[in-house]
Amino acid sequence: MRPQEGAPIAPGVPIEAAQGTRWPSYRHPRSWHYSHWDQPGQPSTTQFPSLSTTQFPSSSTAQSPPWANGRRFHGRRMHHHLRGMHRTSETRVLAGVCGGMSKATGIDVTLLRIGFVLAGLAMGFPVLVYAVAWMVVPMDQETTNIFSRAINDRRGIRLVVALIPVVVITQIFVSVLHIGFIGFFGWPVLLAVGLTILIWRNASEPERVWIDHDLVPMLSMGSEGSGRWKLILRVSAGALLAAGGGVVLIMGHTSTAALRPLAGVVLVIGAIVVIFGPWWLSLVRDLMSERQARALAEERTQMAAHVHDSVLQTLALIQRSADDPQNVVRLARAQERELRGWLFEGRPPGTFSEDAVMLGEGVGLLQHKIEADHGITVQVVLVGDCPLTDALRALLDAAREATVNAAKWSGAPQVSLYAEVEAHAVMLYVRDRGVGFDPDAVPADRQGIAQSIRARMARYGGKVVIRSSPGDGTEVEMSMPRSTNSSTTTSTISS
Amino acid sequence: MTESGRPRIFLVEDHAVFRAGVRAELGNAVDVVGEADEVAAAVELINERIPDVVLLDVHLPGGGGQAVLHGVLPHHPEVQFLALSVSDAPEDVIAVIRAGARGYITKTISGGELLQAVYRVAAGDAVFSPRLAGFVLDAFAHSTAIGPDPIAEGGGGPVGAGGSAGLDPELDQLSPREREVLRLIARGYTYKEVARDLSISAKTVESHVSSVLRKLQLSTRHQLTRWATDRRLV
Repeated sequence: MRPQEGAPIAPGVPIEAAQGTRWPSYRHPRSWHYSHWDQPGQPSTTQFPSLSTTQFPSSSTAQSPPWANGRRFHGRRMHHHLRGMHRTSETRVLAGVCGGMSKATGIDVTLLRIGFVLAGLAMGFPVLVYAVAWMVVPMDQETTNIFSRAINDRRGIRLVVALIPVVVITQIFVSVLHIGFIGFFGWPVLLAVGLTILIWRNASEPERVWIDHDLVPMLSMGSEGSGRWKLILRVSAGALLAAGGGVVLIMGHTSTAALRPLAGVVLVIGAIVVIFGPWWLSLVRDLMSERQARALAEERTQMAAHVHDSVLQTLALIQRSADDPQNVVRLARAQERELRGWLFEGRPPGTFSEDAVMLGEGVGLLQHKIEADHGITVQVVLVGDCPLTDALRALLDAAREATVNAAKWSGAPQVSLYAEVEAHAVMLYVRDRGVGFDPDAVPADRQGIAQSIRARMARYGGKVVIRSSPGDGTEVEMSMPRSTNSSTTTSTISS
Repeated sequence: MTESGRPRIFLVEDHAVFRAGVRAELGNAVDVVGEADEVAAAVELINERIPDVVLLDVHLPGGGGQAVLHGVLPHHPEVQFLALSVSDAPEDVIAVIRAGARGYITKTISGGELLQAVYRVAAGDAVFSPRLAGFVLDAFAHSTAIGPDPIAEGGGGPVGAGGSAGLDPELDQLSPREREVLRLIARGYTYKEVARDLSISAKTVESHVSSVLRKLQLSTRHQLTRWATDRRLV
């Protein structure tokens, strides 16, 4: 995919992100969340989702709306309370339903939570009640609930409808295996799962960010479970399932009569799978493509951030130094180099390895530095590559001297650097088309540089030939013998 | 060529800003007979107007520069293509050369050099940048040529170069002289300087380069075929 000129950098990303102000939710979802939701003068918690929500005074009057102040449960006013009920975001463990109920009724939030969990485990349907409440009760500071958005979400509704055959299959299984309590327990839970899909798709933006960044990682099995309680949750869920499975197995063992209807069940299930299978597949594909779209949006955000950090900054600098052409060229060249490294070589921006391991990296580093420091183009051609040895580092140092020399004195806008790895030596040529000079009558300072190049090379047995004549540019030819034990890489048979 | 001797140029490039820049740089030295910013329009207009040289952007919406080459060369093999791109990765360069382009230059080239390259391609010669010369030296590095692979010959099919047999083992090796010429080009020498350095005529240098281009297009050397198929999309 190529970035197009004039096209928005990242469709699907909020305008602020594309314009430079980062979209904070991707980088610091938590801090953003807090700054948004925390009430002034209210204790703020640093861990989220918080298990220690009970640290909040549950019957705190300071944070309750005035109409809920100190009220206790009264049948006649119940309806009024529930209509004005809002889910609480600041003390939420899951959806904030218990917190909202606690505010509306005055019952201690911890009691409500324990009640919900126990009732849910025992009967199942409170789970469904919770999910329905999640949809119907609006979040505090919001006027609409999730349900009002969900009824227009046709794809989400299709997904939920697709779950119905699953419920049916479960019921058939359960009735055949005579484990009614699972059926009694199972259908509300499955329906609640269905509703969760709708909730996930239709939650408001802040809630969605919270779900994506705090709730989903908490439940995901593949994530690096650093929190101990996540592990406990996962293990206990696994243990429950294993125990359930064990019970079913034992029951199946004792009642062989169940085997005959089982065949019928398998047939029915097969029929349902045949009928609904392709549809499920397409729905799964839909879900996957939605995930991919989200990943893409995130990638675009990162891309926008990178373009902002590098290209836009450089453009701003260029505008500011418009009266200094030398500097403009230098900035543009350095930026071009970095962008190329990022686009074509996959090198993260701003990380030009200081200690190169291979000759090619070393040459690239040399090119990058000289282009940035001297505002000239260094055209590099490299044939073959090999690991850097001390001798080859000396060769690179000499090449740097020669290139800087050309940048300073030749007056040419471009210097060519050609390196070829041969079987027994590395050849390196630095050539410019500048003013050139008469090698027999060089100024003392240039002689010094030539000497320093020669000295570096001579220490490792390398050779230097300098060819130049006035008006015809200069070429420095350097050859460094390779140590025999590292001649395993690509090489050219010299003709 | 027009009566005035100016080559007729067609621009295929999806960046309007760059098209305008090239037009301004080439100025009156050439005759720009048309422009296109995507593959389908380019193929149609080039087949209709039959320019001398097509300046072809490698990265083009709708199939890339190669698609234009495949759409034109079978009908009008006389049209010469000069590829240009911001990227000088071997995958991009080699792929478009093997599809039939006569040369490859990067977009940072100066106006004068661009004009020179256009004239050279219009005259039927090949344009080798130092970078391209380096790729060829790299790809033909091991003198032990891999035997001709009939399967690799079948797919994709290079076009544009004379219809000689693909089983010629010569195609998979560079002659010592060609190697010398390429090495000098890679060092930044112009054709004229290469000729002087090797004490041969400029015409001989050009024929060596054209011969290398033919090998580049027809050889079955592994690295070339890999580069040509490893299309990167940037």
